[in-house]
Formats: sequence, C-alpha cells, structure tokens
Amino acid sequence: MMRGLLVAALALLSACVPQLRGTGDLGVVVERADGRVLVVESTNSTALATVSGLGDLSHAALVYSRDARYAFVFGRDGGLTKVDILTGSIAGRVVQSGNSIGGAVSQDGSLVAVANYTPGGIKVFDTATLAPVADIPAIGADGKPSKVIGIADLPGRKFIYTLYDAGEIWIADLTDPAKPAVTKFTGIGKLPYDALITGDGRWYLAGLFGEDGIALLDLWNQDKGVRRILDHYGKGAVALPVFKMPHLRGWAVAGNEVWLPAIGHHQVLVVDKTSWKETARVEVAGQPVFVMARPDGRQIWVNFAVPDYNVIQVIDVPSRRVIKTLEPGKAILHMEFTPRGERVWLSARDSDKVVVYDTETLEQVAELPASKPSGIFFTSRAHKTGL
Amino acid sequence: MRLGRAMVLMIGWGLAMPAAAEPSADRRIQLREMVAQDCGSCHGMTRKGGLGSPLLPELLSQVSAEGLIETILEGRPGTPMPPWKSMLSRDDAAWIAAYLMGDVK
Ligand code: HEC
Repeated sequence: MMRGLLVAALALLSACVPQLRGTGDLGVVVERADGRVLVVESTNSTALATVSGLGDLSHAALVYSRDARYAFVFGRDGGLTKVDILTGSIAGRVVQSGNSIGGAVSQDGSLVAVANYTPGGIKVFDTATLAPVADIPAIGADGKPSKVIGIADLPGRKFIYTLYDAGEIWIADLTDPAKPAVTKFTGIGKLPYDALITGDGRWYLAGLFGEDGIALLDLWNQDKGVRRILDHYGKGAVALPVFKMPHLRGWAVAGNEVWLPAIGHHQVLVVDKTSWKETARVEVAGQPVFVMARPDGRQIWVNFAVPDYNVIQVIDVPSRRVIKTLEPGKAILHMEFTPRGERVWLSARDSDKVVVYDTETLEQVAELPASKPSGIFFTSRAHKTGL
Repeated sequence: MRLGRAMVLMIGWGLAMPAAAEPSADRRIQLREMVAQDCGSCHGMTRKGGLGSPLLPELLSQVSAEGLIETILEGRPGTPMPPWKSMLSRDDAAWIAAYLMGDVK
C-alpha cells in the first residue's frame, strides 16, 4: 500500500519536474527542406524533439554555446536562431542579413559572429540576448563587397574569415566590441571557397578554387604573412567538373598529417603539418566534399559530390588505403562522429533517414527517419576551436 | 522579354527542332528535385543566391534562353559553375532554363 502510493507520487512528480540530463551526448540534425531541426541523442541513437520555424536551411550550419545547451543555427535567409536543445524550443531568433553561410562563437562564449554572403561581411551578436554588437562589412582592397566564407574563432575575442570575391583573409578583434580592430591579409589567391583552422588554433588554411593550392596563415607568426602550399597538385591532369564545393571545416587532422579534398580531382591529399608538403594522395570514388578524421585519427571518412554521393569511402590512415566503400543510402550530405568516434552518423537526404555505423565493424547499427536531412552536429563541437 | 523566351521554347518543343522535346513527367520530377537540391547547394534552395549568383527570373531575363542552356550544359570556365552535360541532356537544360524563368512548373 505504502509502496504503491510512493510509486504513484513519484510518477506524478516526474511528470511535472523535467528530468535532469546532460547535453554531452546530444546533437542536432538539420532537416533541410522544412526549416526544421531534430534534437537527437547518440547513446541510444534516438530523436528527442523537433524544432521548427527556422527559415531557409538550404545551407544550414550551426555552432554551440559554451555550455553546450544552445545551438546557434545560421540560415540561408539570414536568420540566426538560438535553439535550446534541452527544452526543444527556440530561445531567440533574429533575421540579421540577406544570406548567411556560417558562424563561430568566441573563445569566452560571449559573442556569436555570423558570416554573410549578401551583403558580404560579418555581424556579431551577444550570445545571451542576440543583441547586435558589431557589423563589419567586407569591402575588399578592390573597393567591392565580398562574400565571406570560412569563419572561425581565434583565441581572445577574435574571429578569422576569408573574402571569397576579393581573395583576402581578415582577423576581427572584438576585445572592445565598440571598436573592432581588423587585420587584413590581401592577395591570398583567387576564389577561396572555404577554410579551416587546426584544433590548436595555429594554422588557418583557405582552399582556392580559382587556382591550384591552398593559402596558409601561421597565426603564431602572423608577420610572416600568407603563403601558398600545394600549388602543384593539379598539374598535368585535366580538372574534372566540381558539382559541389568541398567543405574544409570539419577538417581532418590525423596525427601529424592533414587530409584534404583535392578540387577537380577525385583524390584526397595528405599533407605533412610540419613541412606543409604533400606526402601522399589517395584515389577515391568522386569529388570529395567532406574529408573527416575519426576522433582518434585512425580512419578518414569521405563523402562525395553528385553524382557519386550515394557512396562513402573509409580510408585506413596508416596504410593510406581505401578499406571500405559503403552505400548507406541516397545522397549522403554529411557525417558526424560521436565524441569519441565509436560511431558515425550519416545523413542520407534522398532516403529521408540518418544512418548510424559502428566505425570498427563498419556495419550499420541504427537508423532514424528524418526528412531530407543535411548537417549533423554533436555538442562535442562546443569545446573545439573552429567548430 | 518573358514572352520572347516562352516563345523560343515553344518553338523549340513544338515546331522547329524535333530534338528539343519536353522531358517526361518522371524526368521533370527529377529535374525539379535537382534544381532545388543540387543547383541549390550553390544557388540556394530558393534560388536567391549563395556562392553562385541568384537565379531569379528578373535577373535571368537579361540572358537569352540559348545563353542559359549553354551556361547549364557547358558551365562558366574560371568560375565554380560546372558543366552539367554529363548529367543533363539539351532537352533537360532547356526545360530547366524555362523552369527557372517561371515559364513551366
Ligand atoms: C558548385 C557551385 C554551383 C553549382 C552546383 C551550380 N552552379 Fe550555376 N553558377 C555558379 C556560379 C558561381 C555562377 C556565376 C558564374 C559567373 O560568375 O559568371 C553560376 C551561374 C549560373 C547561371 C548563369 C546566371 C546568370 O545570371 O547568367 C545559371 C543559369 C546557372 N548557374 C544554373 C545552374 C543550374 C541549373 C545548376 C544545377 C543544374 C547550377 N547552376 C549549379 C555555381 C554553381
């Protein structure tokens, strides 16, 4: 009798008091066509909530707050939405520009910067209130507005990003948000399409579309300026059409090597992080889009541009060989490793599902229905520079 | 201008060139999906532009139908606009050009 009452009372209590839980195994899956995201957890591979009303998410990217509770989602309609993943609701939203592509949260967690295509530039907001803090248009040395790509946070209240049209790298220092100080590196090369920063915050690499090679900036020695690496990689081979721009963010650093998508060649390039020379290249099934290292650096997973986007290839790092070609579903747009890498989540847009693989057995272990899924982002990104 | 383009296409499909046939209903479903998703990755799903230029009728009306078809099939060398002829026939490209202009649904 007593016991029965107690159980009933407890059940009642738990019905009104929200269950406490951490966010360490949570993540967000973007449902591209519906302006919606799914909140998911990676311990049992389930969806916990659906949050809609986020606008045009055709190229949605997101970053996490310092406490890994909020996701800042950047939409193609210029919307910046702060999603509370614990309650599965929108905690704030501003439409800040015509067209945004991505963003970053400052090291101290106080600022979120949004990189915009039109009008090109960055806008900075307070992460707590989404109040505007700074607006820095990207007018290149040629006097013209430029699209901004490849934004990342730097130590201190700084953001680094690249001007696509102008071919410049800028660093905005918001130590005093009222007076942002901008350092510019001009003439870095033609049409930089995306950039990455290594996890230690030292090296910033901008991939060039308009010419072979990668622009490299050593952030510990900025006076040395930007230098060009891998400027030979396409020589002698006819460039193949690139039906989708590779993404460099979600970079792959495995041990002392950086693995990068070649552009216009169905290859992945391996670059030594000390000499910045190419050490190998691996032939793959198509134009690589994401080249991502499992967190332990032992495997590299690669997805591809249309028409080869129904396959995924897994490369073994020590032998540099493709050890498996998987067909997890149709139009694989993105992949994300669980924090320690025992599993990987893949979004299969045209199969309307997210597929989960075990990274040791390379077998599928779970799947979740999702409507036209694109980006998958786990909260472990909250504590990584550049993600 | 808009009328002009619609006429060119109608002539293309209906009379002058038997080669320019309207793609089948199934193919049209694929093409709509392709415009939204694959072209959308650069031009935006709502075609308001991204890394690629906006593909809105107001802007495209400054280019001839033939010019649009040529751009779609051959790409724009020196820019990220790739040639789609390995995946699209001339009829597909003509239909997409008309679709972008809002002349067909
Ligand atoms: C990898 C990126 C990318 C993809 C994918 C892409 N485009 Fe483009 N497209 C561009 C860029 C960049 C331009 C602008 C070129 C320039 O500067 O002249 C462009 C230009 C165009 C133009 C000319 C617009 C004008 O105002 O003259 C048309 C038409 C076009 N694209 C159609 C398409 C179609 C249809 C698809 C899908 C089958 C597609 N594009 C896919 C990048 C892309």
